[in-house]
Amino acid sequence: MKLLREVLYPLIAVLAAFIIGGIVVLLIGDSPIQTYRLLIGSAFSWPDGIGYTLFNATPLIFTGLAVAVAFRCGLLNIGAEGQLYIAAFATAWVGIKFAGLSAWLLLPMCCLTAVLAGAIWGGIPGLLKARFGSHEVINTIMLNFIAVALAGYFTQYHYKAPGDPIMETVPIGSGAHIARLGKFIPGLPERIPVNLAFIIAILACVFVYVLLWKTKWGYEIRATGANPSAAEYGGISIRKQIILAMAISGGLAGMVGINEVLGYRYRYYDGFSANYGFVGIAVALLGRNHPVGVFLAAILFAILLRGGIFVDAYTIHVSKDIVDMLQGIVIILVALRPDAIFGSLKKLSKAKA
Amino acid sequence: MRQILTLSLVFSTIRLATPLVLAALGGLYSERSGVINIALEGLLLAGAFTAASVTYYAHNPWVGMGAAMLAGAFVAYILALACIRFRADQVVTGTGINILFIGLPAVLSGAIFLSSGSTPQIPKENLLPTVSGLLPGFMPHWRILTEVSMMSLLALILVLLTRYVLYRTPFGLRLRAVGENPEAADAAGVAVNRIRYVGVVLSGALAGIGGAYLSIGQSSLFTRNMAAGRGFIALAALIFGKWRPVQTMLACLLFGLADALTIQMQGVAKLPSGEDIPVQFIQMIPYVVTIVVLAGFIGQSRAPRALGTPYQKER
Repeated sequence: MKLLREVLYPLIAVLAAFIIGGIVVLLIGDSPIQTYRLLIGSAFSWPDGIGYTLFNATPLIFTGLAVAVAFRCGLLNIGAEGQLYIAAFATAWVGIKFAGLSAWLLLPMCCLTAVLAGAIWGGIPGLLKARFGSHEVINTIMLNFIAVALAGYFTQYHYKAPGDPIMETVPIGSGAHIARLGKFIPGLPERIPVNLAFIIAILACVFVYVLLWKTKWGYEIRATGANPSAAEYGGISIRKQIILAMAISGGLAGMVGINEVLGYRYRYYDGFSANYGFVGIAVALLGRNHPVGVFLAAILFAILLRGGIFVDAYTIHVSKDIVDMLQGIVIILVALRPDAIFGSLKKLSKAKA
Repeated sequence: MRQILTLSLVFSTIRLATPLVLAALGGLYSERSGVINIALEGLLLAGAFTAASVTYYAHNPWVGMGAAMLAGAFVAYILALACIRFRADQVVTGTGINILFIGLPAVLSGAIFLSSGSTPQIPKENLLPTVSGLLPGFMPHWRILTEVSMMSLLALILVLLTRYVLYRTPFGLRLRAVGENPEAADAAGVAVNRIRYVGVVLSGALAGIGGAYLSIGQSSLFTRNMAAGRGFIALAALIFGKWRPVQTMLACLLFGLADALTIQMQGVAKLPSGEDIPVQFIQMIPYVVTIVVLAGFIGQSRAPRALGTPYQKER
């Protein structure tokens, strides 16, 4: 019953969002069926559709997991966006500074940097909340802007190739590149950027599952989220859990840097994130803050991201911005409390009778 | 430094602070009633797009501004419905609205004007006027004061009005009571959730006007995501201003000044070492200040006590 509900509500929310989106498309004067066929159908072609969908899903899995871990501790991490920017830049920085090292050394260093930088940037609002009680939502929003500005500053003034008109750093050492999946899978060309980070993302799902449900740490994080005063009474230090959960959350968000810098562009590129941090909130909510749900929700949003390009190209009026629109509607709908909806429906039917 | 500290800096500051003041005032009504308003960014965008589109067809900026106000109020009503009636998480819903309004205006402008992401240019005579533009004979010797936009003047009036409403009227008292202690307000016979609806809808109307200023006041068209984080800076100003009208306006002016300095200093000001002052560091000021203030380093800034918690009557 519980499982059914956990699966059913998100499905209803997605369906409702698609219906609202379909109405908008209809009002605009295009065919909703054709639009959705492009939006969803184009993701299933081999190798491009599937390859790009998995590539798009990778950052969303990381940010979805990040938001989910914080949620489980009763915290809302709107700062995944800033955490992934800082982490991506730090990763590129290590990749540039130590470019001469062998891959055996450089690659682990870069991956570790991504996680650590994200964890520090996520840990700051955790620390601020634990120490001063200041709200993590406001602090993470502020840190998002600071992260973008900091990374932008270092890129522009210190790590840009002279004369390069694009806001991007010089390339990282080739030892820090991670392989694209095309190298191992026949028929998948290497120009498609899905890379080993996708495998790391799956491992991260397993890690989060084990952490939250099979370890003492995870138990304490969940206990804090479920009922902080009871947790404290039970001898759990809430402050410690808040910092820990935010740091783990930030570390997961930081792993986006592995996909972006080590597996895709091989440099830091200013403004690379397509709102991954914010879409991660939708992914986590839709996935009911469970790793399996997060994985599936990330795939769904990745399908939409890919499909948006085709909507742009093949419909007359609708643009790929419909993807942002659908994401926004999904977030609002999954946030609604089902019991409150049923309560209102009951009241409504009573009023009619 | 001489080149920077001029009258144009003052005007530039006022110009840049105006949308912040309007949005932050909006946030004030919502947050004082106990509903977090992360959606200011989305509300600004909704207002900006509506104002530009309506003005394009109506050839009258005031009609456009009115429409933006209604659009903001309507979107805020959806936020209120989700957060109050359906007890959705306020921050999550607000984030949803922000993402929705990155996409929706672009979708609509693509469909209506066949250019994804922006509306057509509006001729100068149909934009929101300056004080001297609207009242040519008014205070002819005070051009310094009358060069500002009517919207800046309106924002100032609204700040003073809000101050009066908040502290001198029964509605203001109820609004504050509902945000501080809904149980007590309820016991005293105040309809908690109704007041919250009003607070959130007012916040949308004000942010909608702020959005109108962005598209048909300081620019002449709507462009994709043109609020560019101003909704969040407004939120920061609200916190820095301790949720009080006049202080919030001063915070907006400070952040506006930071913004104006970034623009004016580009390529002009140098560090003693002869290097450019990196704009990114000035851009960061509002955000760093907010974190510091929120942590209590510069005077405690305390949020309304019931901020963020839905209210359910005991049954």
